[in-house]
Parts: sequence; structure tokens; C-alpha cells
Amino acid sequence: MPLVKGGHIIADEFVRVTDDAELPAQGAILVSETRFLAGSDTLVSRAGGKLGVIWPNNRDIDDLVPYLDRLALVALVFPSFRDGRAYTQARLLRERHGFRGELRATGQVLRDQFVFMLRAGFDAFDVKKQADAEAFSETVKRYSVFYQPAGDGRISALHQRLQQRHAESAGL
Amino acid sequence: MYAYDEIDRTLVNERVAEFRDQVKRRLSGELSEDEFKMLRLQNGVYLQLHAYMYRIAIPYGTLASNQLRRLAHVARRYDRGYGHFTTRQNIQFNWIKLAELPDAMADLAEVGIQSMQTSGNNMRNVTSDQWAGVAPGEVEDPRIWAELLRQFTTLHPEFSFLPRKFKIAITASEHDRAAIKIHDIGLRLLKNEQGETGFEVLVGGGLGRSPFIAKTIKPFVHGHDILSYVEAILRVYNQYGRRDNIYKARIKILVHELGIEKFAAEVEEEWQQIREGVLKLDQDIIEDIRSRFFYPAYEALPAMPDELKQAAHDATFEAWRKNSVFPHKAQGYAIVVVSLKPVGKPPGDATADQMDALADIADKYSFGEIRVGHEQNLALPHVKKRDLPAVWKALEAIGLAIPNVNLVSDIIACPGLDYCSLANARSIPIAQEITRRFANHDTANLIGRLHINISGCINACGHHHVGHIGILGVEKNNEEFYQITIGGRADEGAVLGTLIGPAVPYAEVADVVEDIVEAYLALRAHPEELFVDTVTRLGVEPFRERVYATR
Repeated sequence: MPLVKGGHIIADEFVRVTDDAELPAQGAILVSETRFLAGSDTLVSRAGGKLGVIWPNNRDIDDLVPYLDRLALVALVFPSFRDGRAYTQARLLRERHGFRGELRATGQVLRDQFVFMLRAGFDAFDVKKQADAEAFSETVKRYSVFYQPAGDGRISALHQRLQQRHAESAGL
Repeated sequence: MYAYDEIDRTLVNERVAEFRDQVKRRLSGELSEDEFKMLRLQNGVYLQLHAYMYRIAIPYGTLASNQLRRLAHVARRYDRGYGHFTTRQNIQFNWIKLAELPDAMADLAEVGIQSMQTSGNNMRNVTSDQWAGVAPGEVEDPRIWAELLRQFTTLHPEFSFLPRKFKIAITASEHDRAAIKIHDIGLRLLKNEQGETGFEVLVGGGLGRSPFIAKTIKPFVHGHDILSYVEAILRVYNQYGRRDNIYKARIKILVHELGIEKFAAEVEEEWQQIREGVLKLDQDIIEDIRSRFFYPAYEALPAMPDELKQAAHDATFEAWRKNSVFPHKAQGYAIVVVSLKPVGKPPGDATADQMDALADIADKYSFGEIRVGHEQNLALPHVKKRDLPAVWKALEAIGLAIPNVNLVSDIIACPGLDYCSLANARSIPIAQEITRRFANHDTANLIGRLHINISGCINACGHHHVGHIGILGVEKNNEEFYQITIGGRADEGAVLGTLIGPAVPYAEVADVVEDIVEAYLALRAHPEELFVDTVTRLGVEPFRERVYATR
């Protein structure tokens, strides 16, 4: 699956290490939450490279919070494109817990969810289809106005109107 | 009336462009039906038994005459010349072609109406009292808040893929015409002791397979905090609502399984984290939205104009006036309810010609405004009393001066097996037959207020649980049978109806309704005691006896 980050298809620097495989000495690794929670001390003190964890959408994000400053990547999961739990997890990680590492959407990641995902705080996308990955930059330009504020900093329509109104009255 | 500005128009146009692209990708095979299904649902497009059905939102039931004309245009140009008003302030077209949908959507966008989130597992059209802003004694116009919520819920980045659909309704009157207690969130607008606007928040109401009346989660949430409080509820639901079973996925099940106290505590904990954040509503923002609603300049008019006194000599006019005309907050004005329940016709349908004519009547007599209610009727919200005779004539000319509002033939019904792929049984022909049985206006008047609700399956789109008489279609050995409940109500005293006995076959439903009504006429304490009050007083037993004695 192509990985999109910063608007471009890029090579994934993280290597997925399965639960029973040996840890590579060097390089960025991505492990499951089971492996992470079983051996978090070893994993976070590993000197060979960055650490990422795949966090399931049915496990409380609070369990991950104590480790956030030592994680370079959190991959959240969309087992189906209809299952929207990871949107809440993403917003909590970004807006409440101040996670600044890579927040990656994985699973059923399709073109028509890109805008929602960006607004929820995702900045990397394991896109299911090549064509969708290639259309990323075009797709995220679909919307130029947003009704509600979220943690992405885009101004909401309610505030945009007030700003316009103030600008107009200042110009008079 | 809320006037769209450039921001609203831009968003809707961007939505149309997005949907056009999605339809193109579906038609080219780039999107599978499974992938496309969710996208079309989020734009109000269902696949029914015979064709695609297109559902369009009429937020808080307020419609301008140019918008109604555009709906008539869509009915003519893309459908079969009629539309169907639903129980949630939407209109549906039943015969639309997929390839033409983006054009229909673009035509509607030009007049500021759209179909975002009228289906799918997201936050649906926010509904309100169809008399909002004109009803006497209202705390304040609930549509300001409905509009704030509409904007908040539209294309929400976190809550567009919920466990299941999510419906919010708002009322600001003592008498609840928005049925807030059967919604996922019900908001009752009120003032606190300091005179500040806020809401009693109810949660977990809903009908369907497991009906629940909503419970109060918080007796007062300040207006400034309403968006953050709603977000907190949604956030708890999005994380913990069940996704393993579609029939247990609504918030009512989560509230029921956790208990209201535990659920309220979860919401409170979440809310405390966000209530001082970006969702806090400044007074400036509220006033900005309020300023974009149109309010007519009412004239000082007599409460009883001569025109009305003269017209009172006409018995047909009087029958209509007594039934269809309701008090208005401004002296000399009235609210006129336009029944869409003619004898022998499907409830809630209007033809394109009727829509156009009604738009003209609204322009001439009601400041260009029309309202849509959950009872599947329309209303003209600002009619001068002196114009009532003229309005009556104009309505009569288009077959819409039907004096049966709130009477036994004012039936709420879902589309049923005639259209819907979920249905087990037909609803519309049952409604048609009942209206024929009670076609005599004097008989209907004698019976008085009586709400019949019909659903063609357990999903309960016809709200049968809260009908004074509720009729639910079920399937038994490939035959249509109907369960009958009595004593339900959807208003501020909302309660679920009680089953009176075994289901009856299709052919007997109208007979059973007649039996129930006859029993009521014999049992009522006095002519003013409404059907539902007699049921409350006596219980279902005497009705059961009457219906099943000979069956």
C-alpha cells in the first residue's frame, strides 16, 4: 500500500516487526500494541532507531499516553472505512495529549476520507489504492470552508464570518 | 428563514463537485458498490426496491418559496412529478436516476438546499418545531440553535462514521411539536434563574426494534456550552457505542447498557476537558447567526377582522378554519396548517404543481415562507387573519384545503413495501383505506384528536410506537400482518403504546381501527376526553375485548 506523507507518495522508513520476530539492530520499527505493551521498556530504550506502534481502535488511548514522548509514530487503524473510532483517537492524541510525532491512518484508507482524516490530525496515510494515493493532493483541495473548528487550525465558518465582519467595519 | 452567505454556498458547491466525482468513479467502476454505498448515503441517496431514492434536508422545517419551487422543478425534471415529505423534515424523491443526481443536487444548491447527511451513520438533519419563531409563548426561536448545530454537525471530521445514525431535535415551547423524546439527543430550550438561555439535554430516545423514551442527562446546559456538550456526548458514543450489531448500535442501547448515571458521568468527564475550548460560543457568534434569520415586519391588525366574520357564515370554510388555523404570536395573524393527507392518497405526498401553487400562496400571503412538520404536513407561518378566506380558496383550488389536521385521517406513515427495500408490509394502502373509512368530516370531528402512525417494518419510520394508534407491519409465513398498539404519544408526555393483542391480517386492519374507535366513543368519559386520555384512564383491556371478542 502506498504511503502518503506531506502530500507525496514516499517510501516507508518504518519496518513492520511481527510479534515473534527478532528486533533488527538498526532502523525505524513499527510494532503491534501487544508487543509494545509487553516490552515497552526494552523498546523505548532501543538505540537502533525510531519506534512506532500500531494502536487498535478499541483500546483506550489513555494506555498509550505515558509513552507518547518516546514514540515517533502512532498508526491508528480503520478496520473498515465505516468504523470511525480512530478519528476520535487521533483528535485526542493531537489536541489533548499534544502528540507531535507522525500520526498514520492505516487499514481501509480511501480517497473520500482524506479531508476528515487531515482535520482529525492525521499526517500520514497508508492508502489502500494506488489511484487514491496519486489523487491525494487534488482531493484534499476539495473543501475550502469548514463549518466547525477542530484541532487542525483551519478556521471555522462561524469565526470566518466574524473576522469578515470586523474587517468590513474596520475598513469603513 | 436563514439566508445562506458566500461561505455556505461555497461549501455546498464543493459538496456537489465532490459527489459528481464520486458518481463518475462509480459509473466507471473505479468505486465498488460497497465503497460507493457509504458515499451516496452521506448524500441522501438510497437504493430502494425500484430505483434510487433521494432525500433532501429541510433544516428545522423552514422553507422559502423559491426553494419549494426548486423542489417542484426537481420533481418534474428528474422524478415523476411529485415528492414525499417525511417525518424528519425531509423530502424524498423516489424515482431518480443515479447519473442525473449530481445535476439535481446542483439545481438545489443554487437555492441553498442540500442533502448532506440525510442518511448514513452520521449526524442527521437537525429538526425543530415547525412553528418555531411564530408560536405564542415560545421561550425563544429554537432555529438559531438548530442552525448553529446544523453547521457544527455538517461534515464533522470526527463524527461522520458513527456506530449508527444520530438525530437531534430542539423545541422551545411547552408543547413539544418536535418529538424530542424520541431522538438521540433532545434539546428543550429554557431560561435559567438568571434569565440566560440554555437547554435541558435529553439523550437516548429512539424507536425501531428497541424503543426508548429519552432520559434527561443534564437539566441545564448554558447556550454558550451547547456545542461542546453535544461534542462530549458524541465523543463518548463514537468510542463506546456498539459496532458489532446494527440493531444495538444506536446511542439508546449504550445509554441503556451503561445506565444514564454512568453515561452522564462519562460525558461530564469528557465535557470538562473541552468546555472552555474552541467550541465555546461567544455572544457575537450567536448574534451573527440570529442576524441572518429573516423575520417579517408584522402590521398592527385587528384580532377579528370583518373578512373573517363574514366568511364564518360558510360552513365549509368554518370547518377548515377550526381545524387548520392556529394561534400566532402576533395579533391579527395566524398559522395555517396545510394537510397533505387527502382521502385515499399516500400521506405526505405533494405534486410539483401543488408545490408551485403553494409557493405562490406563500409569496402572496405568508411572507414567502413555508414550514414542514414531522406530521408530514406543511404550514404557512404568517397569514393575516383577514386573508384566511382567500388562502382557503387558493388551497381548495389545488386540493389542499383538507380539514383533517390532527384527526383520525391525518395519518403518519412510512413509504412501506410500495417503495422500501427494508419493509415487511405495505403502509400506504393501509393509510389510504383508513382515510376512506373516516372520510366523513363530521364523524372524524366527533372522534376528535387521534394520531394514527403506520410503519411497514420494525425500523419504525412511521413512529408507530408513539401513535395514539400504532400499526406495525410484520411478515408471517409470507403474508402481511399488523400489530396494533394504543396509547402512545410523541409529545412532552411521550410514552410508548401498548400492544392490544395478536397481529391481524392486512384485510382486517381498517376494521380493527374502526372497532377501536367505536370502543373509544362508547367509553370516553365526555366528548372532550381525547382518545389517548381514555386509553390512559382505562388501559388497553376494554379495547382488547372489543377488538378480539369476535376475532
